[in-house]
Amino acid sequence: MSSDTTDCSIDSAKQALLDKVAPATLKDQNLVTNNREFSWVTNKICKIVESNTPNWWWVCMAVALVTASFTLMGLIWLVSTGVGVWGLANPINWGWAIVNFVFWIGIGHAGTLISAILCLLKQGWRTSINRAAEAMTIFAVVCAGIFPLFHVGRVWFAWWLFPLPNANLIWPQFRSPLEWDVFAVSTYGTVSVLFWYMGMIPDLGILRDRAVQRLTAGIYEETSKLRESIARGTDVFRKYFYGVLAMGWRNAGNHWRNYEMAYLLLAGLSTPLVLSVHTIVSFDFAVAVLPGWHTTIFPPYFVAGAIFSGFGMVLTLMLPLRALYGLHDLITQRHIDNMCKICLGTGSIVGYAYIMEFFIAWYGANPYESFAFINRAFGQYSWAYYIMFSCNVFTPQLFWFKAVRQNAALVWIMSILINVGMWFERFVITVTSLANDFLPSSWGYYSPTIVDIFTFAGTFGLFSTLFLMFLRFLPLMPIGEIKFIMPQADPHGHSDDDGKESE
Amino acid sequence: MSEEIYGIVASFKDTPSLYHAAEKVRDAGFNHWDTYSSFPIHGMPEAQGQKRSKVPIFTFAGGVTGLTLGTTMVWYMNAFDYPLIVGGYPFFSPVFPFPIMYELTILLAAFGTLGGMFIMNLLPQHYNPLFNCAKFLEVSDDRLMIAIEAKDGQFDPVATKQFLESIGGFDIEEVTA
Repeated sequence: MSSDTTDCSIDSAKQALLDKVAPATLKDQNLVTNNREFSWVTNKICKIVESNTPNWWWVCMAVALVTASFTLMGLIWLVSTGVGVWGLANPINWGWAIVNFVFWIGIGHAGTLISAILCLLKQGWRTSINRAAEAMTIFAVVCAGIFPLFHVGRVWFAWWLFPLPNANLIWPQFRSPLEWDVFAVSTYGTVSVLFWYMGMIPDLGILRDRAVQRLTAGIYEETSKLRESIARGTDVFRKYFYGVLAMGWRNAGNHWRNYEMAYLLLAGLSTPLVLSVHTIVSFDFAVAVLPGWHTTIFPPYFVAGAIFSGFGMVLTLMLPLRALYGLHDLITQRHIDNMCKICLGTGSIVGYAYIMEFFIAWYGANPYESFAFINRAFGQYSWAYYIMFSCNVFTPQLFWFKAVRQNAALVWIMSILINVGMWFERFVITVTSLANDFLPSSWGYYSPTIVDIFTFAGTFGLFSTLFLMFLRFLPLMPIGEIKFIMPQADPHGHSDDDGKESE
Repeated sequence: MSEEIYGIVASFKDTPSLYHAAEKVRDAGFNHWDTYSSFPIHGMPEAQGQKRSKVPIFTFAGGVTGLTLGTTMVWYMNAFDYPLIVGGYPFFSPVFPFPIMYELTILLAAFGTLGGMFIMNLLPQHYNPLFNCAKFLEVSDDRLMIAIEAKDGQFDPVATKQFLESIGGFDIEEVTA
């Protein structure tokens, strides 16, 4: 590497020394391994959608649909009877519904972090996971939205949350954080869909072109006439389905120029958005005067926790997908390492926040605040506190070790523990403060009912159903962006040759 | 159908050759032409002599609309049309509606961005003569192409073909409109 620094005035002994002390050129592991070609990337990702539905997909889909029906049953039960079928009673009127809402919204945050913040920070490794993570965001927001929507009680009046004229001639009350939440979450859901869709347009164009190519060539090597016509019919469907969605994308340089600018702008818009959403969610608590809720640490603490749980969920989803579809060249060890390190970083912030809350409760010298925290750790919900603390604070610390990060099975188990821990965090925050507030005469103990459990368990089915549909019908990874980070895409020659620009 | 020429397409072997060919087409003074690749190429807008994208104008317009809409909506609903006393708070202030203003700014700016991308790219446009060219569809995979359109003032069926060949193009084809 230092051959061009040779100067005739430096003798060979000095040169040898210089070579010795010269900084080493550290090469990052390539983001796409095994020197793959562009067409390999195209085929690999498109085949996920185009090949026959694998058997495991049908099994997972069946399980997911059955599980999702639990939510439907829970909601029918609730709407036909009343919100009292949930375990809500004074003083705890925010039970699992709000816990689940915050849990699911938090999961969504990693998707936006990967697609927006890591884009602004020019982190090339985001490309192979961002599409799936964005899909995860949208489906998590869908699951999250169910809970506050039905928590209002008379769900058929839920449209009163929006500033629409109604027969009572009354408007929403904008001084309430709950109303801010309506705007934050609906904006978040909408912008996430826009960002996801725009990122997909070039890939939809690729799927459209491939269907047209197969139809024009007419080569269907199927075993029977029936299978052949099914394959042909599917391609006709694809031609129109992806064709309409791709909006006539032509891969032109001009298209890419505007697309890249729009992508950057959407990333720039989503970054403050994602930070604001969980901040506003935390305002639901922090604006109240309840001990344990009324703290200024909540917004950053909630955002860090959201990213922590979201990356946990990305790992939970991507590790099995990587194995099932053989995506090891696209989701490399470097990707997993990076995600584990983000879990470690955000998990440590969350751990710091837990400890700082205790410090401030003591330092603030407010007896109610001190009690709230002693009660969390040693009161009637201490079991939940210990699950939360061990899953969220101790689990991610294992990611300091390379051996742990390289063990995919272990990482997967830990990613689930992170999600369990983060659900309990929301439970601890929501329920302990409500159950034991200022007046001991109004204390209570909250337990979920079977309807709570059904509704929540079912949302995992709903989430999985939507994600499985995404796997079958939409491109799992942004093909253009993956090609962009490959050495062949460099207009000044491969970056792994002698470093000289061609020409 | 008349055999009217839409343009001429030429393929290039790799990203650097497409990039340098684009510079040459730009320097030759063509106006109606474009490069085609299934991934964005770093620095290609400059190589094509394109100016900075105008999408930010739409984003800004969307953002300003959202901010104005959020502010006036909260003022109209909570301070003008139906003033409601809640906890002794003022009917209107720039502070409490801030989350609403902020979210609506982002929401409409995002719509402006996506809409701006569509408008600047003249999409949706589901038909284009280039789609009739079998080799053009391979751009979706790994083919890299330049297409010079017949409506360009300098276009000449023979000379343009030779020009594309001279800058390293192969698989040169006429595309009919």
